[in-house]
Amino acid sequence: MAPYETDDSTSAEEADDLRAGRRKATRYVVPVAVLGVAAATIGLVPALADSGDPDLPNITAQQLIEKIAKSDVQQMSGTVKITTDLGLPNLGGLESSLTQGATASGDGSSADPSTKLTELASGTHTLRVAADGPDRQKLSLLESAAEYSLIHDGKDVWGYDSGTNEVYHATADDSASAKDKQEEAPATPEQLAKDALKAVDSTTSVKVQGTAQVAGRDAYRLVIKPKDSGSTVGQITVAVDAKTGLPLKFTLTPASGGAAVVDAGFTKISYAKPAASTFDFTPPKGAKVTEDGQVDGGKKSDGKSEDRSRDKSGDKSGEDLGQGMDGLNVIGDGWDSIATFDTGGQGVPSGSEAGAFGGFLDSLGDKASGKFGSGTVFKTRLINALITDDGKVYVGAVTKDTLVKAADAAK
Amino acid sequence: MSQAEVGAPKGRGAESNLRLPPRGRAQPRNTVSRRTTFYGTLFRNELLTTFRRWRTLALLGVLAAVPILVGIAVKIETSDSSGTGPGGGGGPAFISQITNNGLFLVFTALAATLPFFLPMAIGVIAGDAIAGEANAGTLRYLLVAPAGRTRLLLTKYATVLTFCLVATLVVAVSALAVGAILFPLGGLTTISGTQISFTDGLGRALLIALAVAASLIGMAALGLFVSTLTNSGIAAMATTVGLLITIQILDQIPQLHTIQPYFFSHYWLSFADLMRDPIYWDDLTKNLGLQALYAVVFGSAAWARFTTKDVTA
Repeated sequence: MAPYETDDSTSAEEADDLRAGRRKATRYVVPVAVLGVAAATIGLVPALADSGDPDLPNITAQQLIEKIAKSDVQQMSGTVKITTDLGLPNLGGLESSLTQGATASGDGSSADPSTKLTELASGTHTLRVAADGPDRQKLSLLESAAEYSLIHDGKDVWGYDSGTNEVYHATADDSASAKDKQEEAPATPEQLAKDALKAVDSTTSVKVQGTAQVAGRDAYRLVIKPKDSGSTVGQITVAVDAKTGLPLKFTLTPASGGAAVVDAGFTKISYAKPAASTFDFTPPKGAKVTEDGQVDGGKKSDGKSEDRSRDKSGDKSGEDLGQGMDGLNVIGDGWDSIATFDTGGQGVPSGSEAGAFGGFLDSLGDKASGKFGSGTVFKTRLINALITDDGKVYVGAVTKDTLVKAADAAK
Repeated sequence: MSQAEVGAPKGRGAESNLRLPPRGRAQPRNTVSRRTTFYGTLFRNELLTTFRRWRTLALLGVLAAVPILVGIAVKIETSDSSGTGPGGGGGPAFISQITNNGLFLVFTALAATLPFFLPMAIGVIAGDAIAGEANAGTLRYLLVAPAGRTRLLLTKYATVLTFCLVATLVVAVSALAVGAILFPLGGLTTISGTQISFTDGLGRALLIALAVAASLIGMAALGLFVSTLTNSGIAAMATTVGLLITIQILDQIPQLHTIQPYFFSHYWLSFADLMRDPIYWDDLTKNLGLQALYAVVFGSAAWARFTTKDVTA
């Protein structure tokens, strides 16, 4: 208004100005009010929509576990949100450009499931799952303006990356590897829960703790807690659909507290039969198709991603970790189990030996020493690893002190 | 100051009988129809004024040229090694599928123009809406007509929204034409890997064009608000486009992730979710809700400003 205030004004106009000024102020209340209402809605609606925990008949942990085991959901489709926070350094774009580089070098295909699913090891992702019997499943990883789909239809296993228009194909009967990939693929609450339950033994406390609403379904909350104090796993919560026994949400909280390390849950689920066309896949015209077996060359350049997937299988449970790495020694049992192996080498190369990367490696680990000598501890929020200077490696979902103790005992 | 607002439309109705059937001409017209036809006249005049400007036509021309450029570039790039699209996943969304189906050029062109070209054009038109009239000294003549400032503002906003739709459709139609000329058409694969027929694909393309046009609603309201703040058309356009660029940059900074969902451009790329099968609605509805919120907040702010403003030019 400033430019106009120099206009000559009489006293009558001044009175008008006053009234006009007030009216002006009143009008600006409208946008402010709208903004306020919107803010209140955004803040309050989720709280109000949370209709409280449902009332369900009491059930023992044993009954609930049996319910999960008996659960035979053949047909379903839904959306899963998975957040993983291992506390690894966030490489973000760098990592994906490395993967891209490996792919562009020609051997691998960006549609190869083992390349693609390692992306799930960090960050938040939205997945869509659909299943119709044991022969037809689909898992899609939703990306910005692109999607990665893994389709199992009878004999065929297809991977399709719409971003690069590349297709990966394997046939289920000729390759056990395709089956492996199917096994490895589901980061669904169901798979995670089953892995966690494998670890249940005398060192674990399992109980049913209340109920919850997940994706609009009434569910029991099953809480799995390691009794050992040395584990980095705080507790695992599984929400189990009260009617079908399907695990709907899986949350792993570290003992150190803070945000969940793995949080995977359905945001939408339907037990209706998915449309048959969901599982039909013919490679689009012009798409680059990689048959399974052609990708072996690419595997070498993917050493890093293999490590990551090993991390992943490790964080599912302590015991699973032991199974995952065949031929290793496992010290202890239950949640405190530590995998150990001898590299026969010199341990972590120190700064000068490893050249430019040495300093980087040193900065990632902590020095530790004890009766065993000295070594380097690499930490994430869940998995810790101790690499001694004489080349022995101790890995487990346990605290640093437990690792050092194990190393001392082994000496 | 705003007496004009109080006055109901009278008098100007005489020239608005074009839409009535010839019989009605001799009979006395009732107020309701006069009111609606009057409104229609104002809106039509605004549309004609806007779309007759060289500036508008030039903007639409630039927008129509983008798909042509993209199409020719992809054609040249892939003509020697037939069959495979540019790999690596770089470039705008869907670009790797264009060589196999020209319909994908529509999606690529919209994905390429949505971050900058389209909103810039909207910024120019919206920024010019009020400030441009004030700058040219025509705003007070517009206000002499007993339409009221609120109605004038609504008309201006409707015009800008029409431009959003027209601009998006220009990109889509141009892309479809170029795609049909340079590349084969036919059934297509959704990004979820399922097959849909060409007719279905065209339907999805239309839906996507509408979603893109709707994505610009918030930006249009913001531009209109800025336009009521100043008497210089250039200043309003520059501010609107500057805000757009600032928001786009802020949307890229990971540390700001808590406030990013409230940026008007944050869910723009959600239109690609229409190419999933089944369609993933979450982000699309968030986008529409956010655009509606921007439209209401900045629309009412523009109203508060414009209806109480001293119009001297």
